[in-house]
Amino acid sequence: MSQTSLLANLLDRRAVVSTMLRDRKGIVAIGGLGASTNDMAAAGDHDRNLYLWGAMGGAVMMGLGLALAQPDVPVVVITGDGEMLMGIGSLATVGMQKPGNLSIVVLDNERYGETGGQTSHTSVAADLVGVAKACGIADSQAITTMAEVEGLVPKLHELKSGPRFANIKIDGANVDRILPMRDGTFIVNRIRGSLGFAPL
Amino acid sequence: MHARTDTSEQQTAVWPEEIYAVLQRYDVRQVPYVPDAGHSRLIERVLGSDTMRGIPLTTEEEGVALVAGAWAGGQRCALLMQSSGVGNCINMFSLIPLFRLPFFTIVTMRGEWGEFNHWQVPMGSTTQAVFELSGIRVMRAHHAGEVREVVEAGAAQAYNACTPTAVLLSQRLIGAKVFVK
Repeated sequence: MSQTSLLANLLDRRAVVSTMLRDRKGIVAIGGLGASTNDMAAAGDHDRNLYLWGAMGGAVMMGLGLALAQPDVPVVVITGDGEMLMGIGSLATVGMQKPGNLSIVVLDNERYGETGGQTSHTSVAADLVGVAKACGIADSQAITTMAEVEGLVPKLHELKSGPRFANIKIDGANVDRILPMRDGTFIVNRIRGSLGFAPL
Repeated sequence: MHARTDTSEQQTAVWPEEIYAVLQRYDVRQVPYVPDAGHSRLIERVLGSDTMRGIPLTTEEEGVALVAGAWAGGQRCALLMQSSGVGNCINMFSLIPLFRLPFFTIVTMRGEWGEFNHWQVPMGSTTQAVFELSGIRVMRAHHAGEVREVVEAGAAQAYNACTPTAVLLSQRLIGAKVFVK
């Protein structure tokens, strides 16, 4: 953990993601463009990981499509504050559909880490938990401690109590770049295969 | 030119029901949309369906990402939008070749036949080119009588041949909105 995070009591992103994906069972995890998808790779490759290298703003909607298609499979979107801000309307779309098996987790370092660390809207004014709640996602919480992350983990496996939203304040430290695979068709077809769909 | 109003012609046209039947035959399960008057009867039909889920979007690009997630989860989508929404999708269209999605969209056209609102014209004029530059094949229905077979062919191309396809429903077919004389 960096010095900054110790001072500000911000969480380490790798610790957060590896805790959420520990003993993941059937969870399908979608990693938003940027460091979040790398965090998923760092936690260990899995045939139910959907790594995004682009399509900024689309992670939550991919989670929604998957959650509606597979209501018996828990779906967890793990993305950053910048990616979430670009797709912020999708929270309203999720709030209308209310899939019980969808969780949205934002790793919020209040900056665009991939492009030089420019500050994002969450650093000053934007309250993503407030937005999620106002969009009808009743189970929306702000997380600042690892104990709260541990408390979130069992809920990620629930199929009926969602949708839920968690905004986790993380430190802005640069971590080792652990890159996932990049072949989108392979990644999607690997998930389909794990869900029992044969190749076309 | 005919007006897009609640005329008996609009209320009794059979093509919205024909499109619904094609989508049902191809086992489409999720139908994301941004509303358009031209799609209104089809949207009502989808929202009342036992097998399809109509999903209102805040912007059309959400629909492209939804198609990707649904496909990863084993379901087919059809995205309904009007021509002005196509421009909102451009970067998200990247997912179609990257994931090799069976992408199918039905687009009601504005800014062409009998349009009075010139604010619709720029995007309506570039809709087809935007699709084609994005690697999506375009088919078009000009008249009510050909909607069923064009949508049928488009759906077969998208879902069976896995060739991303947009069907444009001409404004001549939908009827132009008239607010001013």
